[in-house]
Amino acid sequence: MSLPIEVDALVIGGGIVGASAALFLARTGKRVALLERDFFGSHSSGVNYGGVRRQGRPLSQLPLSQRAHAIWGDLHNLIGIDGEYLRSGHLKLARSDKDMAALVAYEQASRGFGLDLQLLDRGQLRARFPWAGDVAVGASLCADDGHANPRIVSPAFAFAAGRAGAQVSEQAHVTEVAHDGNAFSVTTASGQRFRSPWLLNCAGAWAAQLAEQFGEPVPMRSGHPAMLVTEPLPLFMDVSTGVEGGGIYARQVARGNCVLGGGQGFPVDPTRARPGQAAILEILRNAVELYPALAGAQAIRTWSGTEGYLPDREPVLGESSTQPGLLHGFGFAGSGFQIGPAAGEALAQIVCSGSPQIALDAFSIKRFHAVSQPTLQPMHSATAVPTGTDNVIPLLRGRSQP
Amino acid sequence: MKGSEIVIVGAGPAGVRAAQTLVAYGLQPCLIDESLRGGGQIYRRQPGNFKRSAKALYGFEASKAQAVHGTLDRLRADIDYRPETLVWNAEEQTLDTLCNGVAGQVPYQHLIVATGATDRILPVPGWTLPGVYSLGAAQIALKFQGCAIGERVVFAGSGPLLYLVAYQYAKAGAKVVAVLDSSPLAAQTRALPALLGQPATLAKGMYYRGWLTAHGIPVHQGVQLNGIQGQQRVRSVEWLAGEQRKTLDCDAVAFAHALRSETQLADLLGCEFSWSALNRAWLPSRDDSGRSSVKGVYLAGDGAGIMGADAAEMAGELAALTLLGDTGHPIDQARSARLQQKLDGIARFRHGLETAFPFPEDWAAKAPDAMTVCRCEEVSAGDIRQTVAQGHWDVNRVKAMCRVGMGRCQGRMCGLAAAEIVAHASGRDIASVGRLRGQAPIKPLPFGVEAEQ
Repeated sequence: MSLPIEVDALVIGGGIVGASAALFLARTGKRVALLERDFFGSHSSGVNYGGVRRQGRPLSQLPLSQRAHAIWGDLHNLIGIDGEYLRSGHLKLARSDKDMAALVAYEQASRGFGLDLQLLDRGQLRARFPWAGDVAVGASLCADDGHANPRIVSPAFAFAAGRAGAQVSEQAHVTEVAHDGNAFSVTTASGQRFRSPWLLNCAGAWAAQLAEQFGEPVPMRSGHPAMLVTEPLPLFMDVSTGVEGGGIYARQVARGNCVLGGGQGFPVDPTRARPGQAAILEILRNAVELYPALAGAQAIRTWSGTEGYLPDREPVLGESSTQPGLLHGFGFAGSGFQIGPAAGEALAQIVCSGSPQIALDAFSIKRFHAVSQPTLQPMHSATAVPTGTDNVIPLLRGRSQP
Repeated sequence: MKGSEIVIVGAGPAGVRAAQTLVAYGLQPCLIDESLRGGGQIYRRQPGNFKRSAKALYGFEASKAQAVHGTLDRLRADIDYRPETLVWNAEEQTLDTLCNGVAGQVPYQHLIVATGATDRILPVPGWTLPGVYSLGAAQIALKFQGCAIGERVVFAGSGPLLYLVAYQYAKAGAKVVAVLDSSPLAAQTRALPALLGQPATLAKGMYYRGWLTAHGIPVHQGVQLNGIQGQQRVRSVEWLAGEQRKTLDCDAVAFAHALRSETQLADLLGCEFSWSALNRAWLPSRDDSGRSSVKGVYLAGDGAGIMGADAAEMAGELAALTLLGDTGHPIDQARSARLQQKLDGIARFRHGLETAFPFPEDWAAKAPDAMTVCRCEEVSAGDIRQTVAQGHWDVNRVKAMCRVGMGRCQGRMCGLAAAEIVAHASGRDIASVGRLRGQAPIKPLPFGVEAEQ
């Protein structure tokens, strides 16, 4: 057998977190390898809704999300494409006074993080966004949030890492990981071997397996958001939108297609998922009251992905508590697209300087040590919520839009 | 078994014969069909108020068409027949349907998928101009609506449908400017031994060809349709006879290179697919008796490989018999064996047809960069090649990167052509670039859809 390839850091998982970690590491001159079992971004980072949104995130994520916002602002320089990234604004609609009160409370609580939220009452909402349905009583606008095309952005992070000198591989299924006291040795299905002092576990919904191998199991489940897209329509929706309390979220791309999400899908096999029929029909039935311009439009395609969810909807991000050199970055609960580049950068900073510039304490894997069970649900058979007629209610009330 | 436990999708020759067989054994299947009055594509029926004779509509096939229609009409009282109903998704032994804007669900225990075929399109420059149709669409315009796609029509491509539709148009009074067949005469001569196994079918093909020539309609073999010109609509076509460049004035073009199976439902049902060299396509696998890889799901007719209408009738009956046998009904084993035998004979003929009308393997190499391949998303051959040059080779991945096959038709029109370009540009075998995964809805779904009460 040939000698293993020696690298400074090895990243498992070519989603946006792993790919941006590889990119930032390669840019500092580290020897880094990025191994993706399937295709870059094919399960979550590249198939999500495409929201690039800070608004609505838990306050714990806002420092990192603000840093991500700056990274997104320099996207073209970083990955070589604009990725259809638009700072269109993110408009969160309220359908009741109670929901509006929640938006007001969030605006107050998030002051000082730099989101610059603008609260709109019914009249202001009508004046600025006349296409919003009558069901909306008000809204909160984050003018500098936006959206991008995840299909091309997420793989572009991996390709940029490759151009920066990282060894990036698709169709590279890691079959064995071991640590001999000095370094990790990693073997792929095709027989490639790597040795590295640092191992970054960015394997998304499949990351729990590696964590468990190193003695720190986490109660992670898979979620499968239901997404659909319309035929191209005349441009009307000039912001990305969501709804307080959860439900449908929607944006319109420059081509005119509207991308909508809401509710859950189900796994077809360990690596693929589809939207549930009920979720599709719920969107088709209910979207028109929020977006009347969709009346008569047709949905041409639906899809889903596979995302990792931890019970508190916060990611695991930072150092392993059991294995020096092991870093985790997974479990972004369907909200990892915007924050992913900053998460990857933070992991790169740990490798390069021993600690991240933004504190990651809230995301430590240690928080599960007391509660995690020895037996975990198998990743591939777990759906976050059962399919059913009411499954349009998302996992995360209030902050569900990806 | 209750009737609702067995569902047939598609009321073409395969679906109707499957339903008839099940009824003969005392069952009451549900027969779901997208069209208004059944018959499938080949025996598509005209609207009720149209009064053309079967002979005028179906020619030599009139008696077969009438037999299928008659069977469907007689069955109506005994089956749960649901015309104008689209099956747009399948999940957990339930079909999702759409009928007149109302979404419904049909549960099943056993399912016969008879989803048929559409044209295989290999684009040429100008193919998105108004006035350009697929051969099948040109035929449907005539059969269903009684109208022609133009007054001066060029027919191009290859396959048995080419001569049939040209013949039908000429008979109906349209001016057929020319038939441009990409298959060389030599290929058809080479195919004769295999074709002789079905002499009647061969004779019909030769009859259409001969009739066209006898009526002064130019038939050119071994020539290529090179482009379609026009501003607002088709004005002329350019074609190549060897190195020679020729043009023909016309106001409509119908073209296709044989047929492709409609496989999305089988895909959504989770059926295994395998590569069919004969069809040059990934197809849902079926055993000799019509079983798919999914328990309780059976495949019949052109939806699982192009065999033609006669074979579809047999395969529909055979799949129904297999289903009956699998569910404990004493069936006529000899009949099953005989059907399988006949289907084997047609399969040999089918190989002959492929020899006679070979796939133009150099199509991808010749496709100009500027030519639109995916008309829904306006993706050109050059866009696809550029994506491949970036290192992508799997058709789903190429789709994700450059949008080919991502639009309204979900790749039903452009998917095979895109795969040809991906294979050629990546230097891979056509079988190894994969197939576009089926995604619901099989056809577009409207917002504001009502739920069935």
